[in-house]
Amino acid sequence: MSAPAQILKENLWTNNPIFMQILGICSALAVTNLLSNTMIMTIGVTFVTAMSNLTVSLLKSLIPRKVRMIVQTLIIAFYVIIVDILLRAYLPDISKALGPYVGLIITNCIIMGRAEAYAQANPPLISMWDGATSGFGYMAVLLVIAFFRELLGFGTLFGFQVLPDSFVPWTIMVTAPSAFFFLGAIIWAGKTIMNREGAPA
Amino acid sequence: MNAAPILNPFSLFVASIFTSNILLANFLGMCSFISISKDMTSSNGLGMAVTVVLTITAALNWVILHHVLIPLQVEYLRFIVFIITIAAVVQVLEMVIDRVSQALYMSLGIFLPLITVNCAILGVSLFMEIRNYTFVQSAIYGLGSGLGWWLAIMALAAIRKKTEKSKISPGLQGPGITVITIGFMAMAFVGFSGMLAVQ
Repeated sequence: MSAPAQILKENLWTNNPIFMQILGICSALAVTNLLSNTMIMTIGVTFVTAMSNLTVSLLKSLIPRKVRMIVQTLIIAFYVIIVDILLRAYLPDISKALGPYVGLIITNCIIMGRAEAYAQANPPLISMWDGATSGFGYMAVLLVIAFFRELLGFGTLFGFQVLPDSFVPWTIMVTAPSAFFFLGAIIWAGKTIMNREGAPA
Repeated sequence: MNAAPILNPFSLFVASIFTSNILLANFLGMCSFISISKDMTSSNGLGMAVTVVLTITAALNWVILHHVLIPLQVEYLRFIVFIITIAAVVQVLEMVIDRVSQALYMSLGIFLPLITVNCAILGVSLFMEIRNYTFVQSAIYGLGSGLGWWLAIMALAAIRKKTEKSKISPGLQGPGITVITIGFMAMAFVGFSGMLAVQ
């Protein structure tokens, strides 16, 4: 398998940031009550991960090792500010609903983790691809959680009603605990399938 | 949940510890929460460190936001400024503790570097800004959130000691069962949010 395809498979499945590495779940849980919020948030995270990986990889020979953490944080913060300003300008409603969680992309461990573990030691373009696919892995899991939470909590998908009026929304799906249960179930399912496939990579 | 901002500092304090627990209701600070809660002693140390840093940074960031960023009309720089403030506070605190007490440094100091990347710290500063808290409210909210986080991590560490010895399906071992345990804890905490809520 070629390198880009290999990275795609690892980040989407065998080394998925959410259910294998348990990284970046702070925001994973908070934004998943509505699909449209989740979609925008995960696009933002994917953009920031890809661009910060690219930048870190380009600058890696210029950054002294001792201060690399703070430099990486500043690079990430720079891209998060871009995302925040774009959201405020073009999607004010969603920006309001996401609230502090856009800013919290900065402390999302996935981004820092990829910058540190991959971009630090690899050429720019492949690092960018690694960042983007990590974002896709994050996106896939979040969309699954959001799909069920919105469907059962509001009876809608992307804001369109899909379940009949006779359906009584499950209030718990809107509140915090359901997010934990779904995440637990996804980790469970993912690990079980992986155990069946043989030794985890 | 969408009550008007609570002005009474005492209610805010109680709400930020229990019903609007920063971890269980707002999901902040999960990363270190799951990895550290394996062990009660470290959980205690990290909880203490988070509480101290949260209180200081919430107050300090309020001052910076209202007396530097807003007068200069550069609010869009707040993410970068907040994170630098947090990193600086952590660094200074580490040096001070190292000077003052070697014993405290051993129990608390090793957790300080972890805190810079803890989302709860930045989260509190951002909530403080979005909810337009006053200076006193920000400090109280920071302290309450820290205590709430400390309480939650201690409770989880204690529960995990029990689950370690239980028979759990292989797919669910480790993080899986931990997340589900947190879900039950969240239910217990958030269940009372009808009585008192900050949003």
